Amino acid sequence: MDLVLLFTMIIASVLFVGVAMLITRWISPRTYNRFKGETYECGIPTQGSTWIHFRTGYYLFAILFLMFDIEAIFLFPWATIVQELGMKALVGVLFFLSFLILGLAYAWRKKALEWK
Amino acid sequence: MIDFSSINSTIDSYLHSVLPAQVATLVECAIIAVCAIVAYLAFAIVMIFMERKVCAAFQCRLGPTRVGFWGLLQVFADVFKMLIKEIIDIKNSDWALYTLAPFLVIMSSIITFSCLPFDNGLQVLDFNIGVFFIMAASSFGVLGILLAGWSSNNKFAMIGAIRSGGQMISYELSMSLCILTLVVLSGTMQVSEIVEMQRGGWFIIRGHIPAVIAFIIYLIAGNAETNRAPFDLPEAESELTAGFHTEYSGMGFGFFYVAEFMNMFIIAGIASTLFLGGWTPFYIPGLEGFNEAMEWIPGFVWFLGKTLFVVWLLMWVRWTFPRLRIDQVLVLEWKYLVPIGLLNLLIMTVCVVMGWTL
Repeated sequence: MDLVLLFTMIIASVLFVGVAMLITRWISPRTYNRFKGETYECGIPTQGSTWIHFRTGYYLFAILFLMFDIEAIFLFPWATIVQELGMKALVGVLFFLSFLILGLAYAWRKKALEWK
Repeated sequence: MIDFSSINSTIDSYLHSVLPAQVATLVECAIIAVCAIVAYLAFAIVMIFMERKVCAAFQCRLGPTRVGFWGLLQVFADVFKMLIKEIIDIKNSDWALYTLAPFLVIMSSIITFSCLPFDNGLQVLDFNIGVFFIMAASSFGVLGILLAGWSSNNKFAMIGAIRSGGQMISYELSMSLCILTLVVLSGTMQVSEIVEMQRGGWFIIRGHIPAVIAFIIYLIAGNAETNRAPFDLPEAESELTAGFHTEYSGMGFGFFYVAEFMNMFIIAGIASTLFLGGWTPFYIPGLEGFNEAMEWIPGFVWFLGKTLFVVWLLMWVRWTFPRLRIDQVLVLEWKYLVPIGLLNLLIMTVCVVMGWTL
């Protein structure tokens, strides 16, 4: 039943956006001139394409994010059974987290967290 | 107290008695979808109105006053205006992705919205992996923002989208660490169970120090997730025109706007569910009469009260602090919030294992 509801919500949200877009296409005015579809960059003619290589600073953070996000996925099942496992859970996660903290410390040391 | 789950089962059994089983399920799904969308829009309107009035109050202004009594109809007028605005088809865009972007943003926002427990039984999606699902659903909104910026083929939009991507994925980390801290305390991921467990005391009180730290980090991260000041770099209007939605006009822009406000509501809703007890009333142990009186206030009033309080906190922050730079934003996350979050998780685990929770 939950999955049915999930699909219902997905379909509902798609319909919500789609129908509103159709209505506005239908009732809004339409005019055309040559310059209307130009890229808006403060009225100055656009220089070149935007689809170019972008700075790698963001890329580094994205890789770091990947590492920590997967860690979070592994930690969620652990978090639900901490109370049953007790001390064992604490010792186990200490190992896990120490590797992660080492990784973060390494990135920090290598100046991956600096914005250059 | 109104019990919505009994109302739900009454409607369910009535529909099943008059219709064949599959049709009844279909009708139920339709009713639920319509209710959820209407609630979504209603809260969006409330949020936009509240933002205007709160912002006005912080700046010693009155805010909208002309349309309707005390400006109450201003938002409706704005929505209608947006609906009749022309949609400009821009030449150099990647049309398919450009059209797809608002769908993704709204979809992520609506699915997360339907996970919020408004009251006992007044919740659309209640998975056993609840909060984990909320994290997953809310994180694909960033895809829509990236697509919007990329497909517009506009430098401002591109810079805004990349900033937004970098910022949102970074802050998602400390958000998931805070939620993890709470899952350690509660021992379950199902939202309704988490709320039910807080009858004996809200988690922010039961988890004392680590829970309070997690709450504060969660609010900071949530503020960054919704791209609002002081983290509004993706749409920094003084540098980037409008950021990732520069090239959107009319309703396309309207959807990004609504999604931003509703994401703030959702962040506040999750905060009130996890930390402030959701729809459970406030009890003081020992004061029987007080607890009895609190029982009489309906659950959704509690939930909305707490949520709007957190929203108000977020608005207060938004209108108080100046905008950060992108390097400051990322340093704040990676050098402060992530290490503190990891440490906080350990502290919470020690507290839970040793039984030091209240």
